Amino acid sequence: MAKRIDVSGLTAYYGSHKAIEDISMTVEPRTVTAFIGPSGCGKSTFLRTLNRMHEVTSGGRVEGKVLLDDEDLYGPGVDPVSVRREVGMVFQRPNPFPTMSIFDNVAAGLRLNGNVKKSELGDIVEKSLKGANLWNEVKDRLNKPGSGLSGGQQQRLCIARAIAVEPKVLLMDEPCSALDPISTLAIEDLIGELKERFTIVIVTHNMQQAARVSDRTAFFNLAAVGQPGKLIEIDDTERIFSNPSVQATEDYISGRFG
Amino acid sequence: MDTTQITDAPPPTPQPTPAEQKRNARGATRPGDRIFLGLSRGSGILLLVIMAAIAVFLTYRASLALSKNHGNFLTTFEWNTNVTPPSFGIAVLAYGTVISSIIAMVLAVPVAVAIALFLTHYAPRRLAGPIAYVVDLLAAVPSIVYGLWGALILVPHMTGLFGWLNDFFGWTGVFSWDQGAPRSLLTVGILLAVMILPIITNVSREVFRQVPQMHEEAALALGATRWEVIRMAVLPFGRSGVISASMLGLGRALGETMAVATVLSPDFLIHGSLLNPGGGTFAQNIASKFSEATEFGRDALIASGLVLFVITLLVNGAARMIIARRKEYSGANA
Amino acid sequence: MSNAAIAEKRPSTLRGASLPRWSPWAIAAGSAAVAVAIGAGAGLTKVQWGLIAGLLFLIATYAIAATVEGRRQAKDRIATGLVWVAFLVALVPLISLVWVTVVRGVKVLDVYFLTHSMGLVADSQPGGGIYHAIIGSLEQVGLATIIAAPIGVLTAIYLVEYGRGRLAQAVTFFVDVMTGVPSIVAGLFILSLMLIFDMEPFGFAGSLALAILMMPVVVRSTEEMLKLVPNELREASLALGVPKWRTILKVVLPTSIGGITTGIMLAIARIAGETAPVLLLVFGNRFINNNPFSGPQQSLPLYVYQQYAAGNDYAYDRAWAASLALIAFVMILNLVARAIARWKAPKTGR
Repeated sequence: MAKRIDVSGLTAYYGSHKAIEDISMTVEPRTVTAFIGPSGCGKSTFLRTLNRMHEVTSGGRVEGKVLLDDEDLYGPGVDPVSVRREVGMVFQRPNPFPTMSIFDNVAAGLRLNGNVKKSELGDIVEKSLKGANLWNEVKDRLNKPGSGLSGGQQQRLCIARAIAVEPKVLLMDEPCSALDPISTLAIEDLIGELKERFTIVIVTHNMQQAARVSDRTAFFNLAAVGQPGKLIEIDDTERIFSNPSVQATEDYISGRFG
Repeated sequence: MDTTQITDAPPPTPQPTPAEQKRNARGATRPGDRIFLGLSRGSGILLLVIMAAIAVFLTYRASLALSKNHGNFLTTFEWNTNVTPPSFGIAVLAYGTVISSIIAMVLAVPVAVAIALFLTHYAPRRLAGPIAYVVDLLAAVPSIVYGLWGALILVPHMTGLFGWLNDFFGWTGVFSWDQGAPRSLLTVGILLAVMILPIITNVSREVFRQVPQMHEEAALALGATRWEVIRMAVLPFGRSGVISASMLGLGRALGETMAVATVLSPDFLIHGSLLNPGGGTFAQNIASKFSEATEFGRDALIASGLVLFVITLLVNGAARMIIARRKEYSGANA
Repeated sequence: MSNAAIAEKRPSTLRGASLPRWSPWAIAAGSAAVAVAIGAGAGLTKVQWGLIAGLLFLIATYAIAATVEGRRQAKDRIATGLVWVAFLVALVPLISLVWVTVVRGVKVLDVYFLTHSMGLVADSQPGGGIYHAIIGSLEQVGLATIIAAPIGVLTAIYLVEYGRGRLAQAVTFFVDVMTGVPSIVAGLFILSLMLIFDMEPFGFAGSLALAILMMPVVVRSTEEMLKLVPNELREASLALGVPKWRTILKVVLPTSIGGITTGIMLAIARIAGETAPVLLLVFGNRFINNNPFSGPQQSLPLYVYQQYAAGNDYAYDRAWAASLALIAFVMILNLVARAIARWKAPKTGR
């Protein structure tokens, strides 16, 4: 199910401002890849180019290629709506639909397609909530609004909503930055389980977290404020944190910078 | 404590003790403060007094008229205040007011919501700004101008629509037409719809703009089309806001005077057809009967105005309640 | 696995079949052509042509998109189509209103029209003007503003700076309620007072009714503006030992004066167009009456109504011209108010 991502020569703009420049990397299926780097280095922007969410912001446009198992997301005739079905996303702040129940939140993506039977829908919702380690906490109140859950539960609800449509890739944009340590731990455990089924890319500000959850780590940096962000290096997480090949990475990781 | 040290330091201007500060916070120790608080509180109280006075004086004058009314105020189908014994009732006016407002709402609300969506989600950004500005200005066009336009431009253009409605839906009775001038409740409803369209559009646009970006992105990331984003994230969030915007428009439609007075050709009957001229509304009846009314006639008109006042109070109260509930709701999700 | 099965039903490609970019325009052009053909053949009116074209456009869009792209895409396209159609349909009356007022209004709107009254002209004759109506409107609206603006601003100050407890709650609630009072009801209220004191119509009576309509608008907008003043400013001033009333006068009001002015001007624009209370209380006058405290006066909106009611072409011309003058006045107030708001907007340091 999970797919490989192959990025080559990707540059993204906000209007005339170049946010990231000439990024190339490969993300293997069923791995967790973490993006780290100082604020404003464009790691979130880059993440959003991987499911064409970048162009939702006004003035956002992209040059370059993003191959999803050999198919270019930015190729002619590609429908961004289908891209986002294949590449799911979890956001920084938990954002369950406030007017929907827990059940409806998880079912929201499935209902878009319209051809899911009622009985099947229940099964998928249960499976997705179990997949997000949330089932036991909410199984008795599936019809209550999702906004009544705690922050960590809401974020796991959003993960359940994202995996319910069986995407090939799961993008996570600082999913724990709004959560307390215990909820963070729960999400990190969950990421370890989810990588059996999905290709996962996670942006994080927390280097320990990157070291804990990821197989590969990419370090982004920018030369100066106003300059575009660039990929400095990507390597196995172990190597990045023990023996990076670029000095800037080591400076950042050892806290001498940023 | 630090504060006492500081307050002790400059002797020429003695700082207030904590007790004085507390009173100061309420603003009532110094003469200046007392006068200023008195003025501003007095203004607030004056507003309450005015509202109470409106209710009291309208009720008083209305009671003068109602005590001599020979008809039934609620069910009589005539408005004869210059004869003895006088007989007048509001049945026709209530019917006309409600029907024309309903027509206006049915036409205006969906279109206003669509335009608001157009401005927030569909229109090219460079177009949306200026259009929103123009819609804002249109909401300020005086109603008498709408009335003049309605009577001289809209009414002549209604014959085509009325003929067509009569041809295809005349059999329902509601849309049958005897070829009279199209100065009917339907025309009034359409004109009121045009009038309240900018108002409802403005408020709805504000509501849709406040939908948090993250809810729309959540829907987008699930692979929703633009319409599905609106269905999932925008409309549920904006529903109560749109309702209160509509109530605002309804309030305007119920109380509108000049636009109805210029367009409608009134009589004191309830017609089965919306297309045949006739009927009336509270406000229109007051404006057109006023010039020939005796003092008693004016009291009778005041009585009908009191009913209109109560109706608009109820509509506004409902709108406020919906807005208040929306506030709690959005606070819970902040 | 059930949902895996669903996922596999879809073609694995990201490239759904999709219509070319020009397709909405092509469908629109096609529907318009067919509608014109049907309309011309059956001898229908232009409005009906438009209706048929719009309907055809929506049906064709849905049918074509549903077969080529699938139902979800078709729904999305039809929603887009409906929103555009609603926008275009709503443009028709609103553009017509502005266009007709301008085109018909400029016919007799000239310096003579602005500087003469109706004193020597019957409604059925050409000539005459709106000088008396302008004088009346300015005086009535000016007096209403003198009454309503201070009361409104002071009430807002009470609500924002002092208001706690029951009284403030009651005032807030009734300000909301007062916003919804129909203008004719405000007129009837003053009328009931005049009946009690047995008074004849005069300009100031209209001002009183207009002031009632204006107060809640001023309170609301001023309240919003005062709430924008950061609390740090108040505290900084109070901490210097400045009494509260001087803090409000010297710190809070100057900071928000731009927004308050804007709110008052928008309120003036609103009441300047009110006809109903003026009709009941000021009555109208063909002659120039400079004294708002005695005898009937004219006002611009009332003039429009009475010229319309006169029912002949000369009177209609005058009604349009007066409407144009009224709209111009209201629009200028609006534009200036917005310009002030933009110019004086509190800098939020973004």
